[in-house]
Amino acid sequence: MFWLRRWAVALLFCSLTVALAEAPVVRMAGFDLGLKARALAPGVYVVEGANDDFSLANGCNIINTGFITTGAGVLVINTGPSKRYGEQLRALIARTTAEPVAQVLHLNLHPDYFLGNQAFANVPRAATVGTRAGMQREAKAYEDNLYRLCGDWMAGTEALLPNETVGPGPLRIGSREFELREYRGHTDSDLVLIDRSSGVAFVGGLVFASRVPTTPHADPKAWLRSLDELPVARMAQVVPSHGPVQGGLAGIQQTRAYIGWLDQQFTRWAEAGWEMNEVLRGPVPEPFRQFAAWPAEYTRNVAHLYPRYERAALQRSKAP
Amino acid sequence: MIVRTQPSRRHWCVASLALLAVAAAPTGARAAADPFEGDPFKSHQWSELRKEFLGAQARFVFDERVQVKGPAFAEDPMNVPITVSADLPGVQRIVVLVDRNPIRKVLELQPLLAQPAVSFRFKLEQASPVRAAAQTADGVWHVGGTLVDSAGGGCTVPGGSRADGSWTQTLGQVSGRLFSAAPGPDAGARLRLRVMHPMDTGLVNGIPAFHLSRLSVRDAGNRELLRLQTFEPVSENPVLSFDFARPPPGPLRIVGVDNNGNRIDSKVD
Repeated sequence: MFWLRRWAVALLFCSLTVALAEAPVVRMAGFDLGLKARALAPGVYVVEGANDDFSLANGCNIINTGFITTGAGVLVINTGPSKRYGEQLRALIARTTAEPVAQVLHLNLHPDYFLGNQAFANVPRAATVGTRAGMQREAKAYEDNLYRLCGDWMAGTEALLPNETVGPGPLRIGSREFELREYRGHTDSDLVLIDRSSGVAFVGGLVFASRVPTTPHADPKAWLRSLDELPVARMAQVVPSHGPVQGGLAGIQQTRAYIGWLDQQFTRWAEAGWEMNEVLRGPVPEPFRQFAAWPAEYTRNVAHLYPRYERAALQRSKAP
Repeated sequence: MIVRTQPSRRHWCVASLALLAVAAAPTGARAAADPFEGDPFKSHQWSELRKEFLGAQARFVFDERVQVKGPAFAEDPMNVPITVSADLPGVQRIVVLVDRNPIRKVLELQPLLAQPAVSFRFKLEQASPVRAAAQTADGVWHVGGTLVDSAGGGCTVPGGSRADGSWTQTLGQVSGRLFSAAPGPDAGARLRLRVMHPMDTGLVNGIPAFHLSRLSVRDAGNRELLRLQTFEPVSENPVLSFDFARPPPGPLRIVGVDNNGNRIDSKVD
């Protein structure tokens, strides 16, 4: 029995150290998210969240945000899921660089991209036209849902919307030259930011590394086209909004494989007359089942997307 | 000492309950021993639910042969997919009930010449057991169920076509398809239908209940294959599936009516 217990302890320790290597150490006491800045290139930082689903244990921090010094102030990429996150992110930036925050940029409309905005109320906050409209439309529902999932981590959080519109093209701040590219597929407007000098690309929701992609606003076929159009030759490192930032460009392949599989399989199942409950329990390739947020996120994928494939199959009254 | 006697008393209780359950099924006599009447979900609504919808004197038994499949949680509380199937001979009707919905009866199927199975989506107001009760020829209700978690709000929010007014353009339109081989174990054919209807629950401010109430499927020889009653909780633009042991001779005719008297009459090849 003794050796068995030792084994269990060793196993637990192993899995803990693996978890620690990726996720920040969250302390419920004092609501400390344990945010850390990791330099990917000189002046280019990523702040990694847990590769998981929203939960009390991870403080609902499942997003990778980032910030970049420019010589003329800091550019902040996404502000996290809550007021607490926003405040702790701003404090982290102040600890990391002497430059003041000059600009906030939101890569899409999802809640963890902008619900930290209250901490950046005195800074211009930019998003695309589509993202601004979407945030306006969904903000109330986001607040309700995240309060339900995250409880006190959300205390005091109210949606503060972006106040500037940005579009694709070159963006110059201080000494930095950025390239902004607008795609669609994960949402109706997916912004990608590439730092020209370092090649670090913040690809937002277009890429999920080792995690089941979220799809509440997704169009799978458009998403696949967008992934094909990413200028990978100019991208040295990809920062996905969700999942570990260590796989180089591998996240792009993972997302492509998953969305491609889903698109093909949902088409096939709809054409064979499958019900949603059969799709929920259908065979899914093992590598996808190893992704973080499996199986909850797949349940959501089916709820969001399968009805469209179903509708298309039913409107073709006879099999082609 | 106290610590020892308590478990043994509990064992005695569990054993006697089990004995009662074995001896007494199907009956209502368990009520005295178990306030939940053997309900696997231990729901306080169960007793009233079965009296109201199955009949106060009706005999019932919890039976795993009646399967209710749904998602573990309702990502979209306006569209919770449910698949019901009864692995029982001689099923006369299947009633679907939701304990914690403001409107608890979702639908009632008379399978006639179809398999005792149906798939649909419904509006869930809060986390609840979802039950199917299948009545066999001897009058006994066989009850199965599943638990669906939910953030809530499915019944008290207007549907998309109500919110944008587009329902008037599509009311009563049917798209459907007969699939030759269904994924079910012994289904030789599956009919899937989508009927355009706002399916208003009456629980949204200023919008009265407006829902499909009856649907019937007939084959090319005008034989009635199945009969379905639908109530307010069935989702907007219902998507329904029915299985058949053998492909019925088509074209199939879908006829029905809503609670305002609007008629459905459509063919599916």
